[in-house]
Amino acid sequence: MPLLGGITILLLCQLAGEVCARLLGLPVPGPVLGMVLLLGLLIWRKGPPAGLRSASDGLLRHLALLYVPAGVGLMAHFGLIGRDWIPILGGLIASTVLALAVTAVVLGRLNRRGE
Amino acid sequence: MSKVAPVEIEFAGIWVYLAASPLLGLTLTLVAFQLSIWLNRLLGGTALAHPVMLSMAMLIALLLLTDTSYQSYFEGAQFIHFLLGPATVALAVPLYDNLERVKRMLLPLLIACISGAVTAAASAVLVAKLLGAEPATLASIAPKSVTTPIAMGVSEVLGGIPALTASMVLVTGTIGCVVAPWLFRRLRVRDESVQGFALGLAAHGFGTAQAFGISAVAGAFAGLGLGLTGVVTAFLLPLFMRLFLS
Repeated sequence: MPLLGGITILLLCQLAGEVCARLLGLPVPGPVLGMVLLLGLLIWRKGPPAGLRSASDGLLRHLALLYVPAGVGLMAHFGLIGRDWIPILGGLIASTVLALAVTAVVLGRLNRRGE
Repeated sequence: MSKVAPVEIEFAGIWVYLAASPLLGLTLTLVAFQLSIWLNRLLGGTALAHPVMLSMAMLIALLLLTDTSYQSYFEGAQFIHFLLGPATVALAVPLYDNLERVKRMLLPLLIACISGAVTAAASAVLVAKLLGAEPATLASIAPKSVTTPIAMGVSEVLGGIPALTASMVLVTGTIGCVVAPWLFRRLRVRDESVQGFALGLAAHGFGTAQAFGISAVAGAFAGLGLGLTGVVTAFLLPLFMRLFLS
């Protein structure tokens, strides 16, 4: 069962990341440290085994679905959002457009200069 | 009417029984999501009717109509929610596949990441403050560009409301997916790695999911943008907010 092995590797990395974050008191979430750890392993091993590839492809292809349960939690905060919805929506739209534009322009410029 | 009543009672009984088991929340989420994908395609694939937003609307309406609590829904939906962790770890694979490109662009990527992350947090807080938001809202909106688990942690450190931050993160993701194609055309951004990185930075997992739709390269850079921004924000934002709010 190569797929089972792949899922096990992902969970082991996440677990190691959680333990590191707790032990070292880092403000970074465990899964992010787990990602860094797995990247290190892949570099050391020179590539992922087949099972890990199919497990991660499967998860990443359905990434959007994984946000639904947290999103439904919105229903618990209707009152709060109702009071401040204009600043919230204004802030979110302005900052998202600006962040996209600044990142794309900065990275595009720096890339062109490097070539 | 008297003939219908027993059936109604029976159905209500079945619903109460099912609502208490994880099966219902899990199944409803999968059905709603696939229905939303089908509906989104029917509407021409517009990001305005993002499958995640459609699913959320359907599920919230259903839970409110049936008077089911979010807690009992989450009993089942947590199995899907849990997969966010391993999915974040899994981003290492596309990242490894594009390691050579990432190495070549490392310094530009870091500079772009810091300027993008600072822009996202600062402009969100500034605009919200100008429009008269409460302090708790300001602390909740600051980390809204990063992926949910990181954003909720940072929000708590800042004195915000983690659950409110989680909702803002989702709305941010949707806004990002809606405006990105138009914005990239206006700014003439054609490089897929640049598009992906900006999407992952500004619109976290939603943007990353959209970037994987552009190409695997865009997806890998989106994953890098998401991870890097998460780490930078988690370390820098608490310092930055202390300066800004004092």
